[in-house]
Amino acid sequence: MTKLLARGVKAFGKFWWDFLVGDTPELALATGIIVALAFLLDGDRLVGAILLPLLAAAFLLASTLRGRRRAPGG
Amino acid sequence: MHSTSSTIVLVLAVFGASAVEMVEALTIVVAAGVSRGWRSALEGAAAAAAVLGVLVAVVGVPLVRYIPLDALRVVVGALLLVLGLSWLRKAILRASGHKDLHDEDKIYAETVAELSETGPGGAQPGATETAGGSGPVPARAHSGRDSLAFVVAFKGVFLEGTEVVLIVISLGAAQHRLGLAALAAAAALVLVAVVGLVVSRQLSEVPENTIKTAVGIMLTSFGIFWVGEGAGVNWPGSDLAIPVLVGFFIAVTVGYTAFMRTKLPAPAPEESPAT
Repeated sequence: MTKLLARGVKAFGKFWWDFLVGDTPELALATGIIVALAFLLDGDRLVGAILLPLLAAAFLLASTLRGRRRAPGG
Repeated sequence: MHSTSSTIVLVLAVFGASAVEMVEALTIVVAAGVSRGWRSALEGAAAAAAVLGVLVAVVGVPLVRYIPLDALRVVVGALLLVLGLSWLRKAILRASGHKDLHDEDKIYAETVAELSETGPGGAQPGATETAGGSGPVPARAHSGRDSLAFVVAFKGVFLEGTEVVLIVISLGAAQHRLGLAALAAAAALVLVAVVGLVVSRQLSEVPENTIKTAVGIMLTSFGIFWVGEGAGVNWPGSDLAIPVLVGFFIAVTVGYTAFMRTKLPAPAPEESPAT
């Protein structure tokens, strides 16, 4: 029973890890930073509205560049 | 009161996400139906859809009722953001040529080949090509119950549907419109299922990457909005910030796709024939 439960918990954890982190840990990190920043900017109307989307766009570019096709040996 | 803009984006995002995932699931269901028998494949797909529906009710309803809205919005926003960014990344890489497009025909042919080789109802003489030329299928499909067809169809619909369930629960719970989100997902499921069954093959002509891009843009926009909203950032124009965010991420996606095209490696020079 304990073994079964442990296996279930492990499978559940693996599912969420693959789902949220998978092969793009930088995007999970980006989300964490954006959430933290949103709390730091609590109530700051303009800065939050401009900074959060810009930060998301910057992380997206970094992640996309990381996933690009490279020349053989490049 | 819910603003019209956020309702429209909610419905479009859920409908689009469900449609694109269901097109992928349909490929597997059609492959199972054609090669092993329709009855079991359809039963498997229906069972998975029912389990996914129960999941939405069991997980979604308590979330809406018992979790404070601000906390829910931060968690949901983060989830949507990570999902949206990863969909957008994949869509940009595919649109710019850095990643191969999702090939339904190839997946279909592989699934049919795999199912045809396994057990009763397996490869039969007289295999023919599908209407779309997607590979060989057995000339006669099974008419009785087939546990493999059931399991394959169930797994296909359940795995593709899990992401949809998360989107339905996230978007629905954050706006307290779980019913509307579930309805949009169900409408997409019915539409894809009906079209798929009418044409009786996988829907490889659906512009999957375009839909995925649109949904990625909406999920990312909603994600940023809810994270900010839940953390106390006051968006100028309140809910009207959502279409503005959507516009911003459309521009970002178009710009990044064009930029990434310039980063494609030069094709390798052709080798000269040996002399």
